[in-house]
Amino acid sequence: MSRHHISVTINGKIHAADVESRLLLVHFLRENLNMTGTHIGCDTTSCGACTVQMNGTPVKSCTVLAVQADGMEVKTIEGLAQNGNLHPIQEAFHEKHGLQCGFCTPGMMMTSSALLERNPHPTEDEIRHAISGNLCRCTGYMNIVKAIQYAADNMAEGV
Amino acid sequence: MIPPSFDYVAPKTLSEAVAVLGQNENAKVLAGGQSLIPLMRFRLAGPTLLVDLNRVEGLSYIKEDDGKLKIGAMTRQSAVEHSELVSTKYPLLADTVKVLSDPVVRNLGTVGGNVANADPVNDEPATMLAYEAEVVAMGPNGERVIPITSFYLDLYQSALARDEILTEVRVPMPKRRSGGAYLKLERKVGDYATAAVAAQVELDEGGNFASVGIGLTNVGLTALKATAAEDFLRGKAATDDNIRGAAKLAAEAAQPIADSRGSEEYKRSLVKTYTVRALRMAIQRAKGG
Repeated sequence: MSRHHISVTINGKIHAADVESRLLLVHFLRENLNMTGTHIGCDTTSCGACTVQMNGTPVKSCTVLAVQADGMEVKTIEGLAQNGNLHPIQEAFHEKHGLQCGFCTPGMMMTSSALLERNPHPTEDEIRHAISGNLCRCTGYMNIVKAIQYAADNMAEGV
Repeated sequence: MIPPSFDYVAPKTLSEAVAVLGQNENAKVLAGGQSLIPLMRFRLAGPTLLVDLNRVEGLSYIKEDDGKLKIGAMTRQSAVEHSELVSTKYPLLADTVKVLSDPVVRNLGTVGGNVANADPVNDEPATMLAYEAEVVAMGPNGERVIPITSFYLDLYQSALARDEILTEVRVPMPKRRSGGAYLKLERKVGDYATAAVAAQVELDEGGNFASVGIGLTNVGLTALKATAAEDFLRGKAATDDNIRGAAKLAAEAAQPIADSRGSEEYKRSLVKTYTVRALRMAIQRAKGG
């Protein structure tokens, strides 16, 4: 069946490839490009572990075709740290113990960093609402919410 | 899971999309893909061609025009959720998008997809039935307007012809003393409704119901319009007794089936309770509260 030449900017770097129509974005990232930071959790568009940002918006990469990302800017967990410095959201998850097993963490960070771009001072309700499409089975969300609040405070102060 | 093989095209214009759709009997339109791609992965849908609308310009907008709220088919649910216009003037729709799937899915999911999918689990069909909305369909012979009340035919079957694409949803602009509400019971965020009720009301100067729309989600093969309940209320006073009478009729109109979300009896009872609450909320909003 049809193959397509695509060119996707991932974390600032252009990646060109020939892909089948049916290749999912998450498989393109993990298997073609070996970027395994993006996780596959439920495979049913429920858990959000595979969340990446496409043109700045969090999307579930198990429910996007790789060919749909042609010409788009994709940001994955690998693109959060800059020049060896953790992104404030990564720093915050570390500081506030926002993870245990770490499986949901890449998706949590891609969703919450996009939230803070759009809304730098979210209330607790807004945070809980924003991450309600990302499931965590370890933490009960308490420390994830605290981490996002901590990152918001630090980003506001320019730390 | 990886879907079976298929061909894929991403036309730049609507007319190209309609033409290519007409050439392949087994083609399907790809809008947000948040229902279709999972269905394909589970082998519950197997189109041999996907016609992706994401590269067609001009299908994403929310605007008032000609007495209607016009929503382009490719408008993302998140855009509706964050629309000032929707949240101030269309509370029923605003309620609906807040509980429709989850926030990440809403970034890709579209209004056109939710409405055209003709799946009773989707939330916007019941809302559009309560609003008595219209949809615009583009086919090889041009455009036609289809009232939502004659749009849903059966499970996954709408009045759209195989080579037609839904391009716009039109919601009548609310008159004075109008209000609406959507109430959904879901086991968790992102789940389909155990049952949900959409209510849209308009009161006259004396506080009687001038018009009433009631839509039901996931209690039948299609979204249902509780017409007996609507007829019962029209012209009557907005009292709790009348609301309860209508809720009983709405529960009778529901055709739920027992599944992991609950028994038939439970869901019917839920429809009754949620119809009462949705109508009360709609009335309160119609009175400006």
